[in-house]
Amino acid sequence: MRPFAYRRPADARAAVEAALDAPRAMYLGGGTNLVDLMRLGVAEPDLLVDVAGLPYDTIRETGDGGLEIGGAVRNSDLAAHPAVRRDRPMLAQALLSAASGQIRNAATVAGNLLQRTRCAYFQDVSKPCNKRIPGSGCPAIEGDHYNLAILGHSAHCVATHPSDMAVALTAFGAAVHVEGPGGRREIGMPGLHRLPGDRPEVDTVLDPGDLITGLTVRPLPFAARSRYRKVRERASFAFALVSVAAALDVEDGTVRDCRVALGGVAHAPWRAERLEEALRGRPATEGSYAEAADAELDLAEPLRDNAYKIPLARKVIVRTLAELGG
Amino acid sequence: MERGETAVRAEIALRVNGEERRVVADTRTSLLDLLRERLGLTGSKKGCDHGQCGACTVLVDGRRVNACLALAVAHQGADVVTVEGLADGDEPHPLQRAFVENDAFQCGYCTPGQLCSAVGVLAEAARGWPSHVTADLAADGVELDEAEIRERMSGNICRCGAYPGIVAAIREAAGGGTAR
Repeated sequence: MRPFAYRRPADARAAVEAALDAPRAMYLGGGTNLVDLMRLGVAEPDLLVDVAGLPYDTIRETGDGGLEIGGAVRNSDLAAHPAVRRDRPMLAQALLSAASGQIRNAATVAGNLLQRTRCAYFQDVSKPCNKRIPGSGCPAIEGDHYNLAILGHSAHCVATHPSDMAVALTAFGAAVHVEGPGGRREIGMPGLHRLPGDRPEVDTVLDPGDLITGLTVRPLPFAARSRYRKVRERASFAFALVSVAAALDVEDGTVRDCRVALGGVAHAPWRAERLEEALRGRPATEGSYAEAADAELDLAEPLRDNAYKIPLARKVIVRTLAELGG
Repeated sequence: MERGETAVRAEIALRVNGEERRVVADTRTSLLDLLRERLGLTGSKKGCDHGQCGACTVLVDGRRVNACLALAVAHQGADVVTVEGLADGDEPHPLQRAFVENDAFQCGYCTPGQLCSAVGVLAEAARGWPSHVTADLAADGVELDEAEIRERMSGNICRCGAYPGIVAAIREAAGGGTAR
């Protein structure tokens, strides 16, 4: 691990200024991904700006039924919050399906959003990787990619975003609060995470110095009927091969509204907009769910060894919607 | 603290098993290495050093975390409890007693992490925290049955495969009282 300086600023402005002070400064939250990447030699910050102690560690219910979540809130505290468990089960389930109890206790909400891909080539400094060393190549395209992307990938990168929480937040259309060199702004989800294109080294639309201070989950009453379903190779403590966050609003047997996002399939949490469009106004039946799933999955371009993800995603989507649709 | 190619050092003050400790250490030092190499508390074990095996689990401000993924410098003022701090004098922690009584280990290497993790599990269950296998997320309480314990302890690996004993020990401790 390369030596690094360490600072603990008193507020967000001071954090942003500190981060702009060093060429390879990084923000430190819980450290559950970053410290590991530093140990692997994948991340080599010259300065860590510790933002875990900033006063963004609260969860507040807004008067209109929304939720304000601080960027430094720990994943386990968000999963345990009554307003998440009661009104937003897909968010609670996504959080609880991720990592281990120890990691959820340390990992922050902002850090969860900004965690890096677990693509084996990205994490192995002895191998090329366009995300780690731009222009070095992507061995995953011809190599081991059974767990990588089927949607939105490029000739330069087929990595997937590893977060479960971000999939649920994408279904909600959460707004991310950013404090940056130019002031404050909001970024909607989807929209925080990029597709790889020809710049896979850039995961998000954030600029240098940008700090995620929190996010807003606006009211979505029908999300009280929502679910996160994750398929993985072990029963626990494993990343998703395919996951789905879904909320369904059914009245008189017809789908009035729905939200669906997919995980484990793309470089960003994937909002299934075509699926949603195809399903609104349709009968709440397995046939409708399957047709809508196909509308989305028609976009898939599987690699040699991950075509299984298409029928898997289809089944997981249909099963989850069928459970929600009653 | 400015960076050169040489190490950056920082003074770190924290409380470990009830005792105030003050150490000057390289900023790269993990909490695990600080405990083991600088404070002589070798109960916490280094297994994978990547947060995957759980052998390094300690309690920080009452919550279980992987000490290998925690930077010591980021834990100024923290209240850390390791396996050495679980017993009350000569009286073992109820979980330690239950581990012995239920054959919850073979080689023992993962046991300190299993114990600290289990202390955390009992505290989380006492607060009503649900898990991935909890059927009713909105329920106030949770009963630590076998499925709940297995899911909640999934961050602790035992290469000897002592899982049945570990589950039995935690069930016994969960039924027998509250988390310390």
